Amino acid sequence: MKTATKVEDAAALIPEGAVLHIGGFMGVGSPHRLIDGLVARGVGGFTIVANDTAMPGTGIGKLVTAGLVARAIVSHIGLNPETQAKMIAGEIDVELVPQGTLVERIRAAGVGLGGVLTATGVGTLVQEGKRVIEIDGKDYLLEKPIKADFALIAAKAADYKGNLEYSLTAHNFNPIMALAADTVIAEPQTILPVGAIPPDAVKTPGVLVDYLLERGH
Amino acid sequence: MDAKEIIARRVALEVKTDMLVNLGIGLPSMVANYLPEDVDIFFQAENGVIGLGARPPEGMEDADLTDAGGGFVTAVPGAASIDSAMSFGLIRGGHLDMTVLGGLQVDERGYLANWMVPGKMVPGMGGAMDLVAGAKRVIVAMVHTAKGRPKIVPECTLPLTARRRVSLIVSELAVIEPTEAGLVLRELGPDASVAQVREATTADLIVEGDVPAMALA
Repeated sequence: MKTATKVEDAAALIPEGAVLHIGGFMGVGSPHRLIDGLVARGVGGFTIVANDTAMPGTGIGKLVTAGLVARAIVSHIGLNPETQAKMIAGEIDVELVPQGTLVERIRAAGVGLGGVLTATGVGTLVQEGKRVIEIDGKDYLLEKPIKADFALIAAKAADYKGNLEYSLTAHNFNPIMALAADTVIAEPQTILPVGAIPPDAVKTPGVLVDYLLERGH
Repeated sequence: MDAKEIIARRVALEVKTDMLVNLGIGLPSMVANYLPEDVDIFFQAENGVIGLGARPPEGMEDADLTDAGGGFVTAVPGAASIDSAMSFGLIRGGHLDMTVLGGLQVDERGYLANWMVPGKMVPGMGGAMDLVAGAKRVIVAMVHTAKGRPKIVPECTLPLTARRRVSLIVSELAVIEPTEAGLVLRELGPDASVAQVREATTADLIVEGDVPAMALA
């Protein structure tokens, strides 16, 4: 049984300079109330690990606008000119990672693997500084795990045990990130009694979830 | 018919029944408009759906269902929603039959550059590196020149997307197949001549006999 955590209490758990996995793809499937809570609190210096930085005014874009992001490990910043401007000005350190590599690096951290070998990025700028390992005649890059202090997860529904169900393209990085942080804070759209989410529909077992954000209003 | 429509109509003929196909945003996404009616396929959007459908009616969008460009979409009957690890597992694992992407440059080796222009445009690679490294067929759909400047060049000067020979280049002037021996001119665009294609291309082109006109869907 979880207790419902208020947005401001959840935001207060996260210290300056924390490494955050944040779910979402251009804001779809992002934990919007948690992000608003972090902006309201104003503590920053975060390293953000996410697919993208969305757009100004949307999702993770709000953290960028508020100046709370020191470092971003992401696959795409093309739709957020503020991230690009801050990167060029040296205000945000951006590491661009191929999307499939990013999700597997997060997964590796979550499932106890020392890294992943992928052919993605071989012979490109992504290869710089990485070990190339030949397996059966084919070159792969050794990509290391990315663990976070906190994972901020958006879900369609949770039950009182913290089991999570996701919706359509709002899955994206969320179920993977829920494995790969010391503390997992889930923001469900609705919270249901135990049993209302059938076992087959649970994508993130509640044992992974530390805090459940209270229902939205 | 403008250049982009010619390209989209020609690429549409590459799509065969039962394929799983990923279309990039922009010009490649136009291919969906010209598929022959008897072609039964699934489109993948890498943010997490197999069975991407058309735009929903105004006001009936589902906030949790978008394509990889962030635009609202629908899902067709038989669709599946998947997380990012599954999505890129399909891409890298050889389960994606075809990807269609835009290009900034393609060279005589068949290598594609399409994700950044150093000092000018650094949007991030998103899923492009995984798609080009992993899809069974990679089709580059692009206008033949950029404001008169050739894009099919002896060797890419822009950072590569992958060290992998793409399957086909389709422009409004030509269909070109990268091979072990070099770039083979397979078809000519409407009213285009071999001389015109050579004029617009700095890469060496192999021309074998009479080059047929391209068919259009």
